[in-house]
Amino acid sequence: MKEILWLGRGGQGAFTAAKLLGAAYAAKGEVAYSLAFPSFGPERRGAPVRAFTKLDSKPILDRSETVLADYIVILDETLYAPSLQDGLKQGGKIIVNTKKEGPDWTAFDGDAIAKELRLPVVNTVMLGALSGVSDVVGIKDLEAAIDAHLAPRIREKNRLAIARAIEEVRR
Amino acid sequence: MRPYLREKTSFGFADVPEATCYEAGYLVTKNAGWRSIRPVIDAQRCVGCYQCYLYCPDGVIRIEDGKAVVDLDFCKGCGICQKTCRIGAIEMEAERK
Amino acid sequence: MKQYLSGDEAFAAGIRLARPEVISAYPITPQTIVVERLSDMVEDGSLDAEFIHVESEHSALSCAIGASAAGVRTFTATSSQGLLYMAEGLVYASGGRFPIVMMNANRSTALPWNIYGDQRDSLALLDTGWIQAYAQDAQEALDLALMSYYIAEKEDVSTPFMVNLDGFILTHTYEEVDVPEQADADAFLPRYETENCFDLEHPKNMAFSAGPDTNYIFKYKEHAALLRAVPAIYEAEARFAKIFGRRYTGLIETYRTEDADQILITLGTIAGLSREIADELRAQGKKVGVVRIRYMRPFPTQEIADAVKGAKAVAVLEKDISFGAAGTVFTNVTSALQAAGIGIPAYNFIGGLGGRNISHKDIEQIFALTERGTERVTFIGLEGER
Repeated sequence: MKEILWLGRGGQGAFTAAKLLGAAYAAKGEVAYSLAFPSFGPERRGAPVRAFTKLDSKPILDRSETVLADYIVILDETLYAPSLQDGLKQGGKIIVNTKKEGPDWTAFDGDAIAKELRLPVVNTVMLGALSGVSDVVGIKDLEAAIDAHLAPRIREKNRLAIARAIEEVRR
Repeated sequence: MRPYLREKTSFGFADVPEATCYEAGYLVTKNAGWRSIRPVIDAQRCVGCYQCYLYCPDGVIRIEDGKAVVDLDFCKGCGICQKTCRIGAIEMEAERK
Repeated sequence: MKQYLSGDEAFAAGIRLARPEVISAYPITPQTIVVERLSDMVEDGSLDAEFIHVESEHSALSCAIGASAAGVRTFTATSSQGLLYMAEGLVYASGGRFPIVMMNANRSTALPWNIYGDQRDSLALLDTGWIQAYAQDAQEALDLALMSYYIAEKEDVSTPFMVNLDGFILTHTYEEVDVPEQADADAFLPRYETENCFDLEHPKNMAFSAGPDTNYIFKYKEHAALLRAVPAIYEAEARFAKIFGRRYTGLIETYRTEDADQILITLGTIAGLSREIADELRAQGKKVGVVRIRYMRPFPTQEIADAVKGAKAVAVLEKDISFGAAGTVFTNVTSALQAAGIGIPAYNFIGGLGGRNISHKDIEQIFALTERGTERVTFIGLEGER
């Protein structure tokens, strides 16, 4: 099972990213299962939020919050803390939306791409970054999930965001 | 439809419906024991206007041949009919035991 | 069609397929999304129902009772304090034999105030004469939305049906769900026809009183009808499998229980993790199994006894406590064991209250304690934060 922990602030769309990833993965076919859920509770704009995606080739029975993640994707760099390393599996990666390179994380300047595409939030950009860094899900499946779950007027921009982010990672 | 008494003094399992839903008008016991005054209708004066029929909280008044009739098996003797009768055709009399 | 839905959304999708004519509900976390989605459907015309916005849960159920007494298929939903506020209406609905379907998002009850999931709300109301089912995932939730009407409305059952979904863990978790076609749903679920309704052509007394002379007969009939829900559940599931290809297992679901020494009995979503731990322990040579209770009413007295009769000990894990006694599921289970003359030790584990996580380790420990023997009632995790 692959487990992805998303960290963001209320309003940044961390849970939407978690859900798009889960939907994209599950749509792959009969042997792909996923769960996506937010950290439960009252919601406040700007407050730190967590969201989870679990991906597996068999039905996922454990619905509890992820303890050890394969990937931690951080939408707001101020949410990075060294203690997050303890929540990673062996070989796991932390992907941070930041310009600052560091030894313990993969830096990805998602804000720059969001700005370029005039996107108010960085969630689908970072989803693209995760897709570029990992092999959990490909661009075609992500685009299909965007078409199925986002409002028509924002689909094109968000598809572009995924593509641009993947391109940037592979550069 | 007005309530009527069924000739039944005892009940078995089969007499009880499945849900609290049964043919309307099914009454098995008279219910007028605590009446201390009873309405008496002056048929000469009654014009069958339905005022008492509408106001009776127990629905025991009916109009027969243009005149009000009270079903004393179920009348509680509240006197509302007498109060609402605009032409004074209803008098409340003491219940004679 | 496959869709990526949360438990609440899946349930709303199932209710749309069941075509209720009246929906009355009051929003409460974590049930809110169900009624939001249903009101959207009514608004966009994809569901032809009267959506009644009421001012409280007490009114929501009263409204549903009134609509059901007018002879139409009716839906309501609630959670926690809302369900408790409905309590008076629950017995009116069951006593009046109105086959209302209600979704309850299992959530803890105050005080202390808490919005997270446990099962104290519905289990506290086990004796109100409703059928009670507990779903494990969003697909089962959707399928129960359809099956609940079939079972509740069967003429010899005519009993309201409460479908329980673990708050947040099921209501707010997204997963892929197969949403049936309307034509198949229509083939599965006939139109609701009843004599238990107001009828201008044939006036009826409804919701009347019954004194000591006949009251007990009504109550006996209610009990007998709830027991008749058992064959109705099996019939509904067979019919469902034929049309939709998905199979359910009646009042309980067993997992690796045939030769098990220790069996964990539980209900709701935590059964999933329990099965995973059972697999891990099996891999280490421990003979363990899991029974998931799908229906708390009618209670699977015989089914549980059959499933655990070869075991050396059983554990009951529940998100509930009947203060001053033990968990309500536990007392029901031990009564079933006693009825079957099964004298093995039974231990009660209380966990997940107020939404507290039940971890891998907790369940491993439950199996270990059950093998070794422990207190009759144990609150797990009392040692504090791990």
